[in-house]
Amino acid sequence: MADSEQRKAYWQANLKLTLIMLVIWFVISYLCGILFVEQLNAIRIGGYKLGFWFAQQGSMYGFVAIIFVYASRMKAIDRKFGVHD
Amino acid sequence: MELQTLTFIVVGMTFALYIGIAFWARASTTSEFYVAGAGINPVANGMATAADWMSAASFISMAGLIAFFGYGGGYVLLAMLLAPYLRKYGKFTVPEFIGDRYYSKTARMVAVLCLIVASVTYVIGQMKGIGVAFSRFLETSYEMGLVVGMGIVFIYAVMGGMKGITYTQIAQYCVLITAYTIPAIFISLNLTGNPIPQLGLGGKMVGTDTFLLDRLDQVVTELGFSQYTTTSRLGTLNTFVYTFSLMIGTAGLPHVIIRFFTVPKVSDARISAGWALVFITLLYTTAPGVAAMARLNLHETIHPAGGEALLYDERPNWFRKWETTGLLQFEDKNGDGRITYTADKATNEMVKVDRDIMVLANPEIAGLPNWVIALVAAGGLAAALSTAAGLLLAIASAISHDLLKGIFRPDINEKQELLASRLAMAGAIGLAGYLGFNPPDFAAGTVALAFGLAASSIFPALMMGVYFKGINKEGAIAGMLAGISITLLYVFQHKGIMFIASTSFLGDMSPNWFFGIEPNAFGAVGAVINFAVAYGVSKVTAPPPDHIQHLVEDIRIPSGASSAQSH
Repeated sequence: MADSEQRKAYWQANLKLTLIMLVIWFVISYLCGILFVEQLNAIRIGGYKLGFWFAQQGSMYGFVAIIFVYASRMKAIDRKFGVHD
Repeated sequence: MELQTLTFIVVGMTFALYIGIAFWARASTTSEFYVAGAGINPVANGMATAADWMSAASFISMAGLIAFFGYGGGYVLLAMLLAPYLRKYGKFTVPEFIGDRYYSKTARMVAVLCLIVASVTYVIGQMKGIGVAFSRFLETSYEMGLVVGMGIVFIYAVMGGMKGITYTQIAQYCVLITAYTIPAIFISLNLTGNPIPQLGLGGKMVGTDTFLLDRLDQVVTELGFSQYTTTSRLGTLNTFVYTFSLMIGTAGLPHVIIRFFTVPKVSDARISAGWALVFITLLYTTAPGVAAMARLNLHETIHPAGGEALLYDERPNWFRKWETTGLLQFEDKNGDGRITYTADKATNEMVKVDRDIMVLANPEIAGLPNWVIALVAAGGLAAALSTAAGLLLAIASAISHDLLKGIFRPDINEKQELLASRLAMAGAIGLAGYLGFNPPDFAAGTVALAFGLAASSIFPALMMGVYFKGINKEGAIAGMLAGISITLLYVFQHKGIMFIASTSFLGDMSPNWFFGIEPNAFGAVGAVINFAVAYGVSKVTAPPPDHIQHLVEDIRIPSGASSAQSH
C-alpha cells in the first residue's frame, strides 16, 4: 500500500465515516441532551421524560454504540484497503 | 462488627491487593515504565482507563449533580480523532508527539508546560480527595490519610510505572464499581422492586401506580423546589459550552491519552476507548438513579406522605451522623421541634444539605449492613488513588522522558532513564503531597478547570497534528500558548490570580461573565482561539517540511505500527 491514490481514498473513506459519526454524536449529546430537552420531555417512556432520559442515560448508551460501530466499520475499511494492522 | 473496624479491614484488604500487584508488576524497561510494554489487552485497558478518568469527584459528587451527564462523549472524540493515530505513532508521551510532529523542541517544551499545568491542577484535587476520604471514613486526621495514600501510590507507581499502575487501576475499577452499584441495587429494589437502578428510575414505586420520577417531581414542587426532571444548569449556552469543554478536555488530558499507548495495535486503541466508555457508563447511568432515589428518601423521611413533618428528636441515626460532619445542618427557626424543609430560604430549616452525602449516606439511609458502608469507603479511595496515580505518571514521564532524555541529556542510556523516571515519579508524588498538605484555596473546583486547560492547549495541537498537514511549528506553539493563556486569564480575572479571591478584578458573578460562560467552561473558548491562532500563524509562515507531511500521512495508516519505543 505505497500507492498514494490508495492512501488518499482510504483517508477519504475514514473521514466520511468519522463525519457521519460526529453528526450522530452531536445530535445525541447537544440536540437531544441539551437544546431540545424541553420539547423531548413532552414524550415519555415509562417514568422517564425523553429529554431527561437522553441527558442522564441515553446519550451515554449512544456514545458507546457510536464507538463500537466506528471501530468495526474502520476494521472493514482497513481490510478493504489492505492497511489493517 | 463495629463499623470502624470493618472499614479498616475492607480498606486494608484493598490496599494489600494494590501492593501485591505492585510486586507482581514491576517495570524493568522504560517501555514497561511508560507504556506497560504496549501489551495490555484492550478490554483491560478500557477498565484501567475508566478508573483513571473517574476521579473521587465522579464517585462522590456525580450523583449530586442534576445536570447533563453526556460528557462521556469525549471518548467518542478520543476514539475517532486521536487515540488510533497517536498509538500508530508509537511513542511514550504526548509532548513527544507534539515535538516530533511540529519538528521543534520548543513545541515539546510548551506541551510539557501545558501538560504540567493541567495535570498538577487536577492532582491537587485528588490528593485532597484522598485526605478527606480517609478522615471521613476512618476518622484519622486529614494529614495522616494523605500520608498513607501517598505511601500506597509511591509503592506501586515508583516500582511498576505504567505497568503497575495499569494493573492496580483494573483492581481499583472493580472495587469502585462494586462499591457503587451494590447500594444502588438495594435502594432501587426497595423503592421500585426492580434491582437495576437504570430501569428502576423509570419504573413505578412499589405497591403503587405512580412512577418514581413523577412522585419525586410532585414531592419537590410541593415544597417549592423546581421540578426534579427539568432543572437546567445556568442557561443553555453555558451548558453547551461547558459540556464541550469537558468533552474535548477528556480527549486532551495526557493521562487519559497515554493509556491508549499501552495497547498492542491501532485497531485496539479504537475499540479500547469503547470499552472504557462501557465501564464508565456502568457508573454514570447508575448515578442518576442514586441521586433521585436518595433525594426521594430524604424528603419522605422528613415529610412522610400524609403525615406531619419529622420531629427533630426522632431523627434517624444517619441524620445525626452527618450532622456531626457539618454536611447536614438543621436550625429550628419556628421552634416547633419539627423539621421544615422547603425552597423558601426564610422558613427552610434544613440550612445545609451537601450534595456529596447522597452517595456516602445512601447505604445507611437504605439500612444496608455495615460491610456495604465499609465497601463504599474503599470505593471512594480507589477512585481517588487511581486517578492520582495516572496523573502522576503523566507528569513524571514528561519530566524524565521529554525534558531530561528529550532535551537536556539525550545521551543517557535506558537504565539511567529508568532510574530518572522513578526519581521523577517520587518527586511528583512529593510535590502533589506538599500541595495536598497546603491546598491552595481553589482545591475544590479544580477538576473541571483541569479539563478546560487540557481542552484549550493540548487537544487542538494534537487534532491539528493529525488532520491538518499545513499547521507548522510557529502555528502550533502560538496556538497552544494563546489557548492556555486566555483560559487562565479568564479564570484568574473571575476567581483571582492564582485563585486568591481578593485579587479577582472582575468578580466571580454571572453578569460579568463573557456571554454568561462560567470560568470552568471557558476551556472551549480557549480551544477555538487555539485553532484560530494556529491556523492564522501557519498561513503567514513557512509550511512544514516534506518529511513532516510524510509523517502525517504515515500515522493515518494503521498498518506497520511498532510497539511503543523511544526511537
